[in-house]
Amino acid sequence: MSLRAATALVGAFDTAVGVVPGVTPTELCAEAIRGAVADAGLALGDVDGLITCNAMAQPILYHAEAMAEYLQLFPKLCLTLPTGGGTTVTALAHAAAAILAGEVDTVVLAMADSLRSGLTRDQAMRMQSSTGHPDFEQPYGPTVPAYYALIAQAHMARYGTRPEHFARIAVDTRAHAARNATAQKRDPITVDDVLASRPIADPLRLLDCSLVSDGGSAVVLTRADRARDLARPPVYCLGFGEGHSHEHISQARDLTASAARESGAAAFAMAGLGPADLAFAQLYDCFTPTVLVELEDLGFCEKGEGGTYLASEGTGPGARLPVNTHGGMLSHCHPGNPGAMFALTEAVRQLRGECGERQVAGAEAGLVHAQGGIMSSHATLVLGREV
Amino acid sequence: MERIQPQRTDGLAAPYFAGCREGELRLQHCPSCGHWQFYPRPFCTACGADAPAWEAASGHGTVASFSVVRRGLSPAYEAPYTIALVDLAEGPRMMSVIIGCEPEAVKVGAPVTVCFEQWSEDLSLPVFRLDENGGVK
Repeated sequence: MSLRAATALVGAFDTAVGVVPGVTPTELCAEAIRGAVADAGLALGDVDGLITCNAMAQPILYHAEAMAEYLQLFPKLCLTLPTGGGTTVTALAHAAAAILAGEVDTVVLAMADSLRSGLTRDQAMRMQSSTGHPDFEQPYGPTVPAYYALIAQAHMARYGTRPEHFARIAVDTRAHAARNATAQKRDPITVDDVLASRPIADPLRLLDCSLVSDGGSAVVLTRADRARDLARPPVYCLGFGEGHSHEHISQARDLTASAARESGAAAFAMAGLGPADLAFAQLYDCFTPTVLVELEDLGFCEKGEGGTYLASEGTGPGARLPVNTHGGMLSHCHPGNPGAMFALTEAVRQLRGECGERQVAGAEAGLVHAQGGIMSSHATLVLGREV
Repeated sequence: MERIQPQRTDGLAAPYFAGCREGELRLQHCPSCGHWQFYPRPFCTACGADAPAWEAASGHGTVASFSVVRRGLSPAYEAPYTIALVDLAEGPRMMSVIIGCEPEAVKVGAPVTVCFEQWSEDLSLPVFRLDENGGVK
């Protein structure tokens, strides 16, 4: 019994993103759920599983139950998953397992938050920094950019990676966003712009950091045999993988190699595909160095060669491997935990061929990778148009 | 606005924080297998033996990585300051800050030695200084 092609994504919906004032995360989440179900050509009554992630701007003790009540859903599976940015793919893997086991038929995964409008900038910073160890890390005042800067600095020292390599990711991601009308930041930038932007936590500068946004997103996952009769072309889940190596960065197994190695290898093995078979990759880009480490650990280039790969190939439109074709969290939006949802809905739309100006021609298969914590929990999903 | 205080300085971690007050970096050391560990736990993560002993560490280490924070966490944390991961000579890695030098002087691999910063009568935290002349005394 394998999860390979047992399930398909049949509905996807994003709310408005960026600065969306006057709307609560609950309202955004409900809008996303209703939108994704409608996109699938289903009714809310067809949904028998609901998975959500809590909202920082409106924490609710039993979040998924509250959302089910809000929509008058009465699911058989109702879970609030808190694995941070990795939740998106982790949740789907477990939803797919529940579907394969016959526990449920149709699961909605929905996440929304209002980090931009629902929290002050200082509240958002402190909330995110609370991922640090309360006794042995947080008192020293590390910020979230600083946690990731520790990874970047270690990679630079070990492999000779340079700030301009990281900057290339910001530049290429912005080039994708320029082709996406929904992206929060669309003006083209250069490597010099990134290197001249305000220093945040060395070597990271402002344009190496993702946005702070509002927004919500949802997808509908159902049995592959059921997917074929629905409104949209099914996008099959071909391979899942997870890897977990630490919670706190001071306890990381390795600063420069992540558990994306395990999650990627498992997902590729299940899918029967490799890095060269993919038309695009949507990688977790909370900060530019995460993309570089993920490119290496998922096998798109050799370990330690991320910098030279970026300098020669890049990740922009038309690159050998376009990365974050919607503009990623660096330029499209980053409402916190929901960040990777937009990478997922973009992957669905790319494989349906719905992306217009930014469509990757002939995209048959692609990858979504999400990570939570400080490069702590990794989850990889390989998607395809065909089984 | 106050800096973030450690939440639990009693119980399991009490010997660590007592050591900090007395100017000594203490780590857990397993009497069964010799493994040094940080942060504290009621068991040895290497061999599973209960109740590792507390012992004074050398206080020496090297910088595994660092970042000069240019935008502080809050007004209580005045930028720039240098967050670092320090590989202690005994093996464990810990987060701290490097003090007493220009931020640009810090390098990965640089030898450092612990000192203690008193936050209050009850609380001191270990911080690190670069060894002079790159550690050559």
